Amino acid sequence: MTAVEAVRTRVRRRRPFLWTGTGVLAVLIVLGLVGPFLVADPLAVDPVHALQSPSGAHWFGTDYYGRDVFARAVHAIRLDLMLGVSVALLALVIGSAVGVISGYLGGRVDDVLMRVTDVLMAFPGFVLAMILLLAIGESTPKLALALAVAAVPPFVRLVRAEALAQRELEYVDGAKVSGAGWLRIAFGHVLPNSLRPAAVQFTLVCGYSILNVAGLAYLGIGIHAPTPEWGVMVAEGAQNMLTGQWWTAFFPGLLIALTVMGLHFVGDDLGGDR
Amino acid sequence: MALLELRGISKTFTGRGRTVHAVRGVDLDLDSASTVALVGESGSGKSTLGRIVAGLHRASGGTATFGGADLLGAWDRERRRSVQMVFQHPFQSLDPRWPVDRILREPLARLSGLRGSAADRRVDELLDQVGLPTAMRGRLPAELSGGQQQRVAIARALAPRPDLVVLDEPTSGLDQSVRGRVVDLLRELQQETQAAYLFITHDISVVRRIADQVVVMHHGEVAERGPRTAVLDHPQDDYTRTLLAAVPVADPRRRARALPRHEETR
Repeated sequence: MTAVEAVRTRVRRRRPFLWTGTGVLAVLIVLGLVGPFLVADPLAVDPVHALQSPSGAHWFGTDYYGRDVFARAVHAIRLDLMLGVSVALLALVIGSAVGVISGYLGGRVDDVLMRVTDVLMAFPGFVLAMILLLAIGESTPKLALALAVAAVPPFVRLVRAEALAQRELEYVDGAKVSGAGWLRIAFGHVLPNSLRPAAVQFTLVCGYSILNVAGLAYLGIGIHAPTPEWGVMVAEGAQNMLTGQWWTAFFPGLLIALTVMGLHFVGDDLGGDR
Repeated sequence: MALLELRGISKTFTGRGRTVHAVRGVDLDLDSASTVALVGESGSGKSTLGRIVAGLHRASGGTATFGGADLLGAWDRERRRSVQMVFQHPFQSLDPRWPVDRILREPLARLSGLRGSAADRRVDELLDQVGLPTAMRGRLPAELSGGQQQRVAIARALAPRPDLVVLDEPTSGLDQSVRGRVVDLLRELQQETQAAYLFITHDISVVRRIADQVVVMHHGEVAERGPRTAVLDHPQDDYTRTLLAAVPVADPRRRARALPRHEETR
């Protein structure tokens, strides 16, 4: 089978995980874009209707302040997806740049960059993001930056490992003979050929970032109430779980799980051997 | 004076407590518009020598001049332009994510300073020279056959109008019929461009078709050298005879006669 046929077969082959993941994400994106214009005000407090269970009037029920959980969950989509994608994108850019320099140049540069990466990896990502956020101050962009820095090490490792293999291939010598300098070879040739494993990591980080935002919000760091954000909603709703109002935390939690699953399915498929 | 003069070139690789002498004191002369074939079995040091000439390895010892200037010092843009290389595996030697057009534009932009429409015209000219339709400009290497990929690699090497091309087994990854066409193409291109070839191969039939001079390498040293007919038809060295005897011969009676008196390969 020629390479072209292989590519065509790959396109034709059914990929249920890719389509399921893409479907879930597409629904979320459309809902995130259109939904805020259709649903109720996410900040409208209505103590008379507090903690009502899911019904035709309130699909996801209402929270302690009588706010519509569905409206808040829909309003949160844009912020959560933006945060997830920007964190992953930032981590991908920083991590792959460091990884390709480390892997392509090797030697002492590699040693130094890898030790710095080891130090970063020694901290659990969540704790590192928390420390950074407390150090640089709180705002949504700073939250994204802190989470991104914490997510950089795996990107460095993955891209470096692939770059180490790629730099031995003849096309790198071909580029050298064609007059390309090390920077151009590293970023123009080796990096694009080393990004595949990082693509999987990208979708994973998208998902985990949303979980981390939720975790930080639960600890009162990053995004605060009453901003409609899934993590904040879970944190607020967790207090009602013990008294039986499960829906206040369940639905935002379910949306986090669905988003992570959707991203994971897409990443898993793109990173596979198919 | 020869275009390329190598004197006592050696190359040693060290690592994990081992030292490998890949090339030991090799002398070699190569004139403009001529072809020297470097032949020998795998591991004989011929590719390492080729990579030293192409500036991809640093020699451990010896001297080398190219057009009268030192070849072993720093490589400026002009030196890079004048010495090019074609690699053994055509698919591996082309960036799998770059289309043909971009592959050919890289040396034009980096080494010849050609961009835009001037580069466009040169890409068309190069594709024409190596016998590929211009419609292939947008193709990725994976969408080309092995022979087409090697033609692209040859076009890339010729793009900056080099004076010397190191060809490292450029035909070994190709099937027999394509091999012949690529060798014919290289001969035609040499007549057109007047470039010198350092042709590394273990394929004696290719050597017969393209080489002016033959240098036989064995364990990093030159075993024998001379004009093509002298070395191939009247070999003086036992190793050369062994090498020539290893060439498959269809007739078993001739094959028996071709066998050397004793086995030299260590």
